[in-house]
Amino acid sequence: MAQSGKIDFAVGIGGENGQGIASTGDILARIFARRGLHLNAYNAYQSIIRGGHTFLTVRASDSPVRNMGDKIDVFIPLNQDTMDRHLQLLKSGACAIYDNEKITPGQAADGVQLCPMPMKELTQGNKLAINTAALGAALQLLGIESEPLESVVARQFKKKGDAVVAQNIAIARAGYDYAAQNFKAFPWKTPVGPKPLGVITGNQATAMGGAAAGVKFYAAYPMSPSTGVLMWMAAHARQLGIMVRQVEDEIGVMNMVIGAAHAGCRAMCATSGGGFALMSEAVGMAGMIETPVVCVDVQRAGPATGVPTKTEQGDLWQILGAGQGDFPKLVVAPSSQLDLFRTVPELFNLCDKYQCPGLVLADLLISEGTSSIDPDELDFEVKIDRGELILPNGNGDGANAASGYNDKAYLRFKNTESGISPRAVPGVPGHIFTAATDEHDEDGTIISDEFTNPHKRRMMVEKRGRKMHAAINDVAPPKLFGPENAAVTLVGWGSTEGVIREAVEKLAGEEGIVANHLQIKWIVPFHAAEISRILWQKNVIVVENTFSGQFARYLRSETGFDAQGHIRKYDGEPFMPHHIVEAVKEQLAGKAKLSVPVHEVLA
Amino acid sequence: MSATVETPAATPAEPGKLTKDTYRGRIHPDWCPGCGDFSVLAALQTAMFELGLQPHQVCVVSGIGCSSNLPGYVNTYGMHTLHGRSLAVATGVKLGNHELKVICTGGDGDGFGIGGNHFVHTMRRNVDLTYIVMDNQIYGLTTGQCSPTSVKGMKTKSTPHGSVENPINPIPMAIVCGATYVARAFSGKQKHMVEMFKGAIQHKGFALVDVFSPCVTYNKDNTYQWFNPRVKILEEQGHDPTDLHKAIDRGYQWGEEIPIGLFWRRTDLETLEEQEPVLHTGEGPLAFRRNLSIPSDQAKALINELL
Repeated sequence: MAQSGKIDFAVGIGGENGQGIASTGDILARIFARRGLHLNAYNAYQSIIRGGHTFLTVRASDSPVRNMGDKIDVFIPLNQDTMDRHLQLLKSGACAIYDNEKITPGQAADGVQLCPMPMKELTQGNKLAINTAALGAALQLLGIESEPLESVVARQFKKKGDAVVAQNIAIARAGYDYAAQNFKAFPWKTPVGPKPLGVITGNQATAMGGAAAGVKFYAAYPMSPSTGVLMWMAAHARQLGIMVRQVEDEIGVMNMVIGAAHAGCRAMCATSGGGFALMSEAVGMAGMIETPVVCVDVQRAGPATGVPTKTEQGDLWQILGAGQGDFPKLVVAPSSQLDLFRTVPELFNLCDKYQCPGLVLADLLISEGTSSIDPDELDFEVKIDRGELILPNGNGDGANAASGYNDKAYLRFKNTESGISPRAVPGVPGHIFTAATDEHDEDGTIISDEFTNPHKRRMMVEKRGRKMHAAINDVAPPKLFGPENAAVTLVGWGSTEGVIREAVEKLAGEEGIVANHLQIKWIVPFHAAEISRILWQKNVIVVENTFSGQFARYLRSETGFDAQGHIRKYDGEPFMPHHIVEAVKEQLAGKAKLSVPVHEVLA
Repeated sequence: MSATVETPAATPAEPGKLTKDTYRGRIHPDWCPGCGDFSVLAALQTAMFELGLQPHQVCVVSGIGCSSNLPGYVNTYGMHTLHGRSLAVATGVKLGNHELKVICTGGDGDGFGIGGNHFVHTMRRNVDLTYIVMDNQIYGLTTGQCSPTSVKGMKTKSTPHGSVENPINPIPMAIVCGATYVARAFSGKQKHMVEMFKGAIQHKGFALVDVFSPCVTYNKDNTYQWFNPRVKILEEQGHDPTDLHKAIDRGYQWGEEIPIGLFWRRTDLETLEEQEPVLHTGEGPLAFRRNLSIPSDQAKALINELL
């Protein structure tokens, strides 16, 4: 649909799991991205392999697309259930493409074009190819030539052999031609962008960020929605020289990662909240023995097994409290797929510098969500700084006090001014020590049992804690987006950046409401002073995917700032822009201080 | 890598002559007088000395418990990790630097109770580790509760009426789980234990040595006096450690005669490390790889997959 000169449309495909919806979405995404369009794709699916209801939205535009948007322009229901759930949500100008034998449309709004297709005939009876025929029709209506479809279909089915490729291309073309003869195309044509773009999921971006950071050890236990990281790592392990292990449980994962990191590797893992719960004790070990590791928590709706295929931001306090005791760790919540790619190497440098665990709070929305990506933005030439790491057989000049062949002089946990101590790894001559999870002295000797000494204990607690004093200077403070003076300031964290940003634009463009936006990425260290300064005397609404307002509480705990309003969504589906727009209007009208948007689709 | 501190290869060309004292740790063990673990520590130090292991090329990894304090008492790299997690951590260490000799130490509660899952899976992977369990059939550090190897009927602070659970027998368990070197030793037979340890350390693959290491404070049933007349050395009985069924049968033997020695060994299985090509690129251990950046042609290929 053309809005203020730009083309911005969405295709929605729905049906049962196993009907090839994800692959249809991949084909569409690639066609749009190769055309140079920006896109965002979100798959609302269930935790079953066959059956259920899946609905995939691919939104594309010639301008940046940061979320799945509010509406569907091309609707492809592959079963009756999908038709029944979604048809009434289509607005004038949209079209619905479906099998005229299998599916009966209900009552559509005025101006919705119904596009029944004789699928049995067009697909020569191949039920699995109905989506391909529908895809052909959709592209025709969107004003896209048939060639890109054919090349992407060929790529998609390459592994299945030439005959399958040829058949699917013929079916795609049949659908395309049928639409040309029988339906009315959109009054605009899908534009061509300045250069071809790529397509990336957040999990791929996370894994690629790890590879760029020099990760040499990756371990995981499969858990939705984080498994994509493991799959990328496993597929590229040998090519990139990365040891990838699938471990018996997440306890083993984190302990193994710490072992590899202690040996000197950059080591990483990803999981979801339940797996992270099992890792918690070991996070504390990384804190105690001062080993840098990175763990990504791809949040899903909890607690317990929760809703494995749905999104939420409910792990914030779990992450903040991970590991018993009081010790430093870094926590960061990237806001997009590209941000995931860039944040992982940055976090590794900080973990190596401060010799502590680093935790990434992602979620299903951005990690399984798909985005177009400018290949030039994926810069693998990132800075790699291992901090005060001591490796053997180097070409150093031996000038540092910790080097040399003297086990007795080396203090692994030396009480330095910064709290950071030179870190030798096993295998280095002259630096023998024991890394203990019991409280220990500077040389590693355990002081928890017979030599318990309150002065030493205090010294070591302060040594570790002190490392964080300077860390705030290493991470960028959040920046206010939009005019300084606004009727309302929307505050979000992590993955909601894209949808809040669009809500701000909609408020200005469609409602005449001036809003601004503060998205917070670094959770620990937290830019409390800068955030307090920005929010001071503003009318603030915190937008988050939790019931209890975990982030609002954290904001208050760190700044003393109590937000005036809250928009919370915890039904498993992500925010759509209009949810936020309507909630802001409601709150500015004084009708509510807490809004919980209702998710219309999938009722 | 700018701030990375790197040491010269070996500052004095001679690392110094190895003696038994080389392996003595910074501090004296805090075990109870008479504890079986003293004997295990001495046997391990002797085994390392006799094998000529360079202390900096060894990493001893333990869990938590009385016996898990051992890494602090030997002069090698050490890790004193979490309760039950030594094998997982040790696997990470070994894969990170496969040129290290990695030796795990711990107790029966640590290894067979809370660490049971890692025990099973580390064995099936055949990671090249030596796992020494100081098995005293009791929880000592928590002052005397029953353990996974406490015999049925044993009265402890957590089983005042006698344990009604069957114990784990780590020997058959290790054999069927895929360990490729499975042995038992006894703290009262230190010379024999040294041989078991040397064999385990030299063995390529996962090696378990379950050591009867009596707890003189909390286990009044399985004492030195109880074990002494019962333990019989397999090597003196002509046991064939390549005979699977005999190994399992002897492993189950308990009562008047309890075998110690090497039950089972196989050398035909590759270790996990041997099967992983990323360790055999000629660039040395993963942990010491120098250029961590992705070369630009590889980066380009990764990006092209997205187009």
